[in-house]
Amino acid sequence: MPGILVLADHDAGAFKSTALELVGKARELGGPVAALAIGTSSAEGLPADLVLTVDGPDFATFDSGPWLRALQAAVAKVQPEVVLATSSQATKDIMPRLAARLGIGLASEVVELALKDGQVVGRRPVYAGKALFDVTVSSSPALFTVRPNSFPQAAAGAAGGVEALDVVLEAADKAVSVVETLAPSSDVVDLTEANLIVSGGRAVKSVEGFDALIRPLAAALGATPGASRAAVDAGFCPHTEQVGQTGKVVNPSLYIACGISGAIQHLAGMRTSKVIVAINKDADAPIFQFATYGIVGDINTYCPMLTEQFKAL
Amino acid sequence: MKIGVLLKQVPATDTRIKINAGADGIESGGVKWEINPYDEHALEEALKLKDAKKAKEVVIISVGGKGNDQRIRDGLARGADRGVWVNDPALEGADSLTVARVLAAAAKAEGVELLLAGKQAVDGDNSQVPAMVAELLGWPGLLVISALEIDGGAFKATRDVGGGLRQVAQGQLPALMSADKALNTPRYASLPGIMKARRKPIAKKTAGDYGVQVAASMVSDSSWGLPPERPAGRVLQGEPADVVAELVNLLRTEAKVL
Repeated sequence: MPGILVLADHDAGAFKSTALELVGKARELGGPVAALAIGTSSAEGLPADLVLTVDGPDFATFDSGPWLRALQAAVAKVQPEVVLATSSQATKDIMPRLAARLGIGLASEVVELALKDGQVVGRRPVYAGKALFDVTVSSSPALFTVRPNSFPQAAAGAAGGVEALDVVLEAADKAVSVVETLAPSSDVVDLTEANLIVSGGRAVKSVEGFDALIRPLAAALGATPGASRAAVDAGFCPHTEQVGQTGKVVNPSLYIACGISGAIQHLAGMRTSKVIVAINKDADAPIFQFATYGIVGDINTYCPMLTEQFKAL
Repeated sequence: MKIGVLLKQVPATDTRIKINAGADGIESGGVKWEINPYDEHALEEALKLKDAKKAKEVVIISVGGKGNDQRIRDGLARGADRGVWVNDPALEGADSLTVARVLAAAAKAEGVELLLAGKQAVDGDNSQVPAMVAELLGWPGLLVISALEIDGGAFKATRDVGGGLRQVAQGQLPALMSADKALNTPRYASLPGIMKARRKPIAKKTAGDYGVQVAASMVSDSSWGLPPERPAGRVLQGEPADVVAELVNLLRTEAKVL
């Protein structure tokens, strides 16, 4: 019986929590679970029935053409009914391209997936989470990308089988050549995957304020720094750190909003955080309606104190 | 070189979204529409290339219904030369692939060598159409770019590949690029620009004009709803030192997130 193909994210052969999330969900949906790992020959700890690996210099780092060809080859081999991939910049490239290449449908960034009357139904946020709807895909295979941190992880375990998949590249697959990879300025987890986030708003007042209040607090927690649009537009930190409708949509366990009033566009980007802490001088700020714990006060007082407390943990 | 800019109208980002009575979409009454914010960056990059004499013409290509001509007109006022408006009721509720087929066919018909799009539209948040258009055209597609250089028929662009990593990649035109905010700062329309835009042409098209047959959508939505309300939180009160200690304790023992 055709089953589910999971695109398994890894870091130098170590499978990420998101890969275990997808395998866990695929198990729950039923049918055999195959996984594809691109850029490694390892299947260690990935409890799928079959792990296909595609390794070699063409696949070592993200490259749209070769990665898409690998995914296409895995789909041809497994003939799955459903393909699941974690939403990421790489899958935002190759999943729509796969859909266009095969003439099939893709539902992006679902946060729930369930079997209803024999059909896989996803639920996905739109308008940056201001609304949600159920989504079904009528094609076979049906493609879904899943937002990170949406499902419980499967326990790590041995793969049922491991097979190196032979992928033959075409000239067009290498039409784009990567001449340089620019490393992130810090080694923190990307906002979209972060489990802990500390964000600063207009009240940080300056680049120096952001660096003195927000970054140390984030570092003390091992959290990723984020920002409101107001802070980004004022130049306190780069666009890449913006959370909200025209920035990153995040889904952490803990979101600490420092000096952020809570504009509707910002709330849309972080409202699914499990726990929200808000620190703001203005007791009437909209952010407090969303906060699990609120502190009415000055971030210049509270951020350094919290930093010290977190360091001591 | 001719540049095509893919542009979509979306509800303004400060719109309070309400669900319609049939729970099959949003309540569109009273919604203010604007150019998708990321598309503004795509348009700006095209206009910069024209300013630098690297492009002869900038054509806005847009699929959309009522009011969409106003968005195109806004783009023309900022400096684009012409618009192509695919206004076809059959495309209402179409899936991304169908829309991508129309856009790809329009780009081909226009003979553009560079297509610029926003990295995603902030209504459906699919991030599908630009990559699909690139695939349908058989072009390189560089997504979420923060820098672009065009030199003759060659491009060099910096793209986000996730995890904080960016790649500098190069290749030959024709190609599609999708814009991130970091790419540039969009210009506003000037008054003379607005006056001039009134006389710039907007060609009205249908999917059929491009030979695209609109099939039933492969991706269907239903049961629209608002996100669940968050349970009421609480404001911690007292001296700062006590508040901080209480917060850390709550995060550890009650919320269990540390």
